[in-house]
Parts: sequence; structure tokens; C-alpha cells
Amino acid sequence: MSCIRSIVAVSFLASIGVSTAVTAQEMISDTTARKQPLTTWGVQFEEFEYRYSDDDEELGVWNADAFYGTDEFKVRLLTTGEYEIEEQAYETLENQLVGQIPISKFFDAKAGVRFDTPEGPDRTYAVLGVAGLAPQWFEIDANLYVSKDGDTSAELDAEYELLLTNYWILAATLDATVAFSEDREIGVGKGLVSTETGLRLSYDLIDRAFSPYVGVVHERKYGDSADFAEADGGSTADWFAVIGARIAL
Amino acid sequence: MKTRLLTGLLSLLMPAMVMAGEYDLTVDRVKIDTGDFVKEGIGYNGVSPGPVMRFKEGENVRINVTNNLDEMTSIHWHGLILPFDQDGVPGISFPGIKPGETFTYEFPIQQAGTYWFHSHSGFQEPDGAYGSIVIEPEGREPFRYDREYVVQLTDKHPHSGDRIMRNLKMMTDYYNRDQQTVGEFFSDVSENGFMNTVRDRMAWGGMRMMKADVEDVHGFTGLINGKGPDQNWTGLFEPGERIRLRFINSSAMTYFDIRIPGLDMTVVQADGNNVQPVSVDEFRIGVAETYDVIVRPKDEQAYTIFAESMGRSGYARATLAPEKGMEGSVPPMREPARLTMADMSGMPGMDHGSMSGMDHGNMDMSSSGDMSGMDHSNMGSMDHSNMEGMDHSNMKDMDHSGMSGMSGMSGMDHGSMAMGTEEKSDPFYAKGSGLMPKAANGGKFLSYADLKAQDPLYEVREPTREIELRLTGNMERYTWSINGVKYEDADPIRLKYGERVRFKFVNETMMTHPMHLHGMWSIVDVGAGQWNPIKHTVSVQPGTTVYMETEVDAPGQWAFHCHLSYHAAAGMFRKVIVEGGPESTQAKTDVIAKDGGEV
Repeated sequence: MSCIRSIVAVSFLASIGVSTAVTAQEMISDTTARKQPLTTWGVQFEEFEYRYSDDDEELGVWNADAFYGTDEFKVRLLTTGEYEIEEQAYETLENQLVGQIPISKFFDAKAGVRFDTPEGPDRTYAVLGVAGLAPQWFEIDANLYVSKDGDTSAELDAEYELLLTNYWILAATLDATVAFSEDREIGVGKGLVSTETGLRLSYDLIDRAFSPYVGVVHERKYGDSADFAEADGGSTADWFAVIGARIAL
Repeated sequence: MKTRLLTGLLSLLMPAMVMAGEYDLTVDRVKIDTGDFVKEGIGYNGVSPGPVMRFKEGENVRINVTNNLDEMTSIHWHGLILPFDQDGVPGISFPGIKPGETFTYEFPIQQAGTYWFHSHSGFQEPDGAYGSIVIEPEGREPFRYDREYVVQLTDKHPHSGDRIMRNLKMMTDYYNRDQQTVGEFFSDVSENGFMNTVRDRMAWGGMRMMKADVEDVHGFTGLINGKGPDQNWTGLFEPGERIRLRFINSSAMTYFDIRIPGLDMTVVQADGNNVQPVSVDEFRIGVAETYDVIVRPKDEQAYTIFAESMGRSGYARATLAPEKGMEGSVPPMREPARLTMADMSGMPGMDHGSMSGMDHGNMDMSSSGDMSGMDHSNMGSMDHSNMEGMDHSNMKDMDHSGMSGMSGMSGMDHGSMAMGTEEKSDPFYAKGSGLMPKAANGGKFLSYADLKAQDPLYEVREPTREIELRLTGNMERYTWSINGVKYEDADPIRLKYGERVRFKFVNETMMTHPMHLHGMWSIVDVGAGQWNPIKHTVSVQPGTTVYMETEVDAPGQWAFHCHLSYHAAAGMFRKVIVEGGPESTQAKTDVIAKDGGEV
């Protein structure tokens, strides 16, 4: 009997143990990562390509961006360059560092600085822009630039992806620049400056991380900018065959 | 003789005493081989999935969990009723289990049925940290079976959870490979005409919503008990036996439509609670749900357990066979699901074209108590042609209890109110939803409306208050929230011990959300009054409103969240604080002391 009693006693003690554990319960506050804003990052090369023009010009071109941040605030580095392979010189080289915040369901506002350091004169601009997804699936990136000398210009980037299949994608891009004042030194005339239109057929080879493509790109200069280009011995319209890859890390 | 007497006495006394079971689990880095790929992951006792933990109702369990990882971990006992500090959610129940540390969980088992456990830290669960729980009831089961198997599903992905989350944040359609293509445009043109197809594409493009947005994460291999389709997990049987299959969906993101061609399935339990048996040909299992079904294969042949994902981006497969190595045929997957405008109907401020004049979202019938305000006689004049997309699910708040006088209508079937369409429809989906389940053989597909509690746990009573939770999000940004607020910015939901809260889920997104309240039961309002089923995870389909009631009987603080891993991590998560409680400790010990005294 004493044996039973002791077992009962043990179970009794165990129960008390559980009960006291209940009283000792403490409502902790959540300091885990879950309660913090989710921080994320990404690197994307929208274009990473070799271009061959109709007058035998060869270019290495990239257009990439990297971001780090939360839903509420991201820092984004945008970089784009055109490297003239034969002359071993940068035709264009732009780097932007912007902060980005959401302003509507589908659009973000950006503000920051842009440094142009190609072959020839450098420029520094303040950047104000919006980027996002417009109705009917157009990816839009629109920016206003003000140079240190007060020259202003605007740039619109638009992209549309047509899914031939879920892996073969035909991407159409349009990039147009308008200047509100002339900057003769870098060949920019007032009015519509230039457009770049592209059509690229890609295949998603490894997830969306590596998608090789081929395509055509047409570059054109307009108005005074075209005249400046001609005066400087450059071309005003070029067709390029391109081969490259879209890369996402 | 003396010892025999003693053991006899002991066994007599057993029920009155607390049994204690001791269990050990280690949390380990493991290799997961799906047959399609091999992936480093996390498991328990050296494997993923972890073991089947077999408990007995009424026992006290002690579970020693040793963390062999180089990061924090935790185990949440999904669906178990226990003290909140044993619930295993870091930051809410306890701080978590440090690397190298052994944490001992200790709690009484107060229920029976099929459950599961998983890590609640980071993305360890999608990475493989899950296992199953089977609790043997104290009393007799209300159904018979000769053998049983756990059938635990998951959607194992070649990418780690962290990487998936980052990719979704970078590009929300990163994994979606069932998007609408040029080819689909032309096939739609030939079916519906050019202008209709263009109009359809413009309508969706205008919203910047994808009809194909059914599953965020494609590219997984469906596993059953850790085995991929080619590895073919096989459960053996003798023809004529009744087999109880304990289905558990441990997926990170994937709902599965499950069928066993050639066999009727009798659903006997949902989320660990027995339901009145219902015979079905197919059922959809939401993430984190469990369903127990009984099958009785009479022939000496192999049967395929086929589990297609809801969006048809992948499947899991297993076999029931009289002998190892036998295989049934594996059916092809059906066409990928496409959302319809009906699935968008929960979104505020959306223009539904022909539906614009009919705001069903505001059909609030709960206010009328009895149904006197609803004039059925006028329903004949409703223009049925415009009603595609009408959301009947919003009518579930009709107070059926007030209808008791209308005996003829007690069995009122919302599905049959389909107003002109002949197709069977599930009232838990928006009318005309692209996700509306259909059995592959044209037979019976389980609905929540079919679930009736076998043995209600609580007396029915009026809820003390209603709390509306709008399920919100932005697919393009991959943000998910409740009432538009992410967890990081949200105040806790405060409940009072002893109240009965009616939760109103309004799904304003185009995705399905399996909502899981920890620590207390979710009594889903299927219109069955006291027989409403008792669950731990409640699926809320796009464009629908679902009600559940909770008896607030567990003090402490608890997690409450969408069980899709990447939705929860993106912010569709809340802390629930239950204030007050019995002046328990003293009272409880008193009772125990008294019981002890009587022995």
C-alpha cells in the first residue's frame, strides 16, 4: 500500500510541478526576426550583352540594378554602361544610387544621385523618379534629372514581356530621353534627345537566374542632338544585333 | 501473489493517475532525396520527415528536444491543446531552443487523433523539419479499421526557404510557370472569340492580376512520407481490410486534391476531431490540415493515392498494394487552374462589369437574425444571366439557428441555390470560382459544408463578440497582412478568457489562406449549429467570407497566422493574448489534492 501511496504522491507532485510551471508562465515579448521588417536583397542584370552594329561597331553593354532593404525603404544601385570594344572606351557609363519608397499599390518613388563617367566630360545629376507596374503589365521607370549646372532632362523606360511559352519570352523595351535645356558639351540638344528600342527573345535556362537571349536594338538621336552627333562625326541611327543573358542573383 | 495483487491494484488505479511518457527528438541536418533531386535540409532523429510520435490521450508527455543545428530551433505541436509556454513559437511561447541545447517540453495530452509537429523557426519547416503525431483515444473509436497509415504530404522544393522568400520578394512570379501565354490567347480566341478574349485579358491586365496566380511556388516535388512520385511510398494491405489513412498536409505552400481511383474514401476525422462519416471520391487538403479517411480495398490489386496540387503545378503519389512492388496506374494531371473574376470579388473597389449593380459583399444577413428580411418570393425575378461570380459564401452568416421554426429548410443547401447553373458548387468558394473543386470522376468532392462534428466539444452559445479579420495583401510586392497591417506593425489581438469569439474572415486577396489559431479550437460555421466541425486550420478561399467561433479557454499568448510559410513570413501573422483565466493554480491543485485524498 505504501508503494501505491508513494506513486500517487509522485503523480501528485508531478501535477503540482505542472501547475507551478503554469503560474511561472511569462508572456514574453516578440523580439524575433518575425517582428522585424523583412530585409531582402537582389541583383538583376536586365541586359548583359554584346552588340554588333550595322556599321561594324562592337559594344559590350549592361543594364543592372542591385537593391537592399525592406518593403518600406530600399536602397538601389542602378548601373548601365556601353563599352566600345575597339576603342576600349566607355561610350556611356551611368551609376545611380537612389532611395526608394512605395507611393501607391504598384509604384515606388525614387530619389538620389546619378554619376556619369564615360569617356569625355563627367556629369553629376540629382534624380527623382517613379518606377512600377502600369496597367496591362508595362514595367515603367520614369526619371527626372537635374545636373549640377542646372540642366534638366527626363527619361522614360518601358518594358513589356510577351510569354510565347512559360520559358520563351519576347521582351520589348523602349527608352526615350528628353532634354529641357541644351548641354552641348555632352552632345545633348533641347527636345527629344534619343530613343533606344529593343526586342529580345530569351529562354529561361536556369530558373529565372540565367536566361540567354538574342535580339535587335535600334538607337536613334533626334533634332539638335542628332546634329551635334553628326558634327562630331558620330552616327545618328544604329541597328544592333545583340546576344546576351538576363541574370538574376 | 502479493505482487499480482499490487499490479492489479495498480492497473485499477492507472486511469486515476498521471501516466508519463518520455520521448526524445534530435534536430539534425539531413539529406533529403526526393528522387528528382537531393537537398540538404533539416530533420528529426536524423531523417525528414521526423518520426510518428505516438501518444495516448490522458498521458503526460515529456519530450526532450536536442538542437544539433548551428541555429536556433523550436517545435510547435500543431493542433495540440496545451499550456502556451509549451506551444513552441519563438518570441511568443518561449525564446526558442539554442544550438546544442536540450529543451524539455512537458504537457498533458488532452485529445486524440491525427496531428503533426514542425519547427516554427525561420523556414526550417519548408526545409524539412516536420513529423506526425498520432494520439490514441482513451475510449473506443467510433469507427473500425484493421490497419492504419500516416500519409504525410509536403511540397519539397530544390531551393531553401530563405531563397524562395527572397526570390518571391524580388520577382513575385519567379516560380510561376503556368502563366498565360500567347498560345493560350489563341486557344481562348478560338473558344470564346477574339473580342471576348481581348476584353478578358484587358480586364485582368487592368487590375495587374494574373489568372494563373493560384500557387506562388511551382517547381516542387510532392512527397508522401518523404518519398517522391518515383520512389512511390507503398502501404500494404490484405484485401477486404479497412485501412485508416491519416492524411496530413505539411506543405509550405501547396494545397492538394487527393483521390484513390477505384476506392471510396470515408472521411471520419478532420484536424484531429472525429466527424460524422462522409463518403467522398476526392478531397482537397489545405496546408496544415489533416483528414483521416477509411478505405476498404476488396481486390488483390494496387491502388494509387494521387495528390495533385490545387494549381496543378505538381503532384505527390503513393500506393496501397497487397504486395511490395505492385503499382497502380498514375493518372495525368488535370489542366492548370485559372482564377475567375469571382475570385477577385473580395477586393474592395473593384468594378465587376456586369456585376456592378449587385454588391453581394454587403449582403449582411446576420443583422436580420431570423430571415424575415429576406424575401424569397422576389428571387424569381433576379436576372440569373448576370450572376456569374455571385458570392454565396457571404451568405453563410445567415443565422440558421433562427430558422429552427422553418423545419423544411433545415437542410438548406447553398450549393443547390446555384441559380440556374447545374454544376455542383461548394459554398466555401466564390460562386463561379476558378478554384471550385470537381472530382476527377465526376463524383463527390468533400466540402467544409459536409463536415459535421461527431462529438461537439462545446455547448453552443451566442458568441460574445465578433472580430473581423480581412485577409489582405499585394501580390506584386509580395506583402501579406491582416486588415492591411503586417505583423511587424500590428498590435496583438486581445481576447478575454471565458468569452466565445466569432471571427469573420474576409478574403480580399486572390489567394487561398489556411488560417491557423494556436492553442484554441476553431469551430467553423458551416451552418450546422452545434454540429459545426472543430478544426485548427481554416481555409479561406479568395472572394469569400468564412466565420469561425472560438471558445477562449486557454490563457496566455498564442500565434495566429496564415499557414502558407511565405505569407506568414511576409506579415500575415498576429499574436493573440488571452487575458485573465481561472485563478487556476490554487483551484487546480485543490482538486488534485482532493482526488489524491480520496485514493
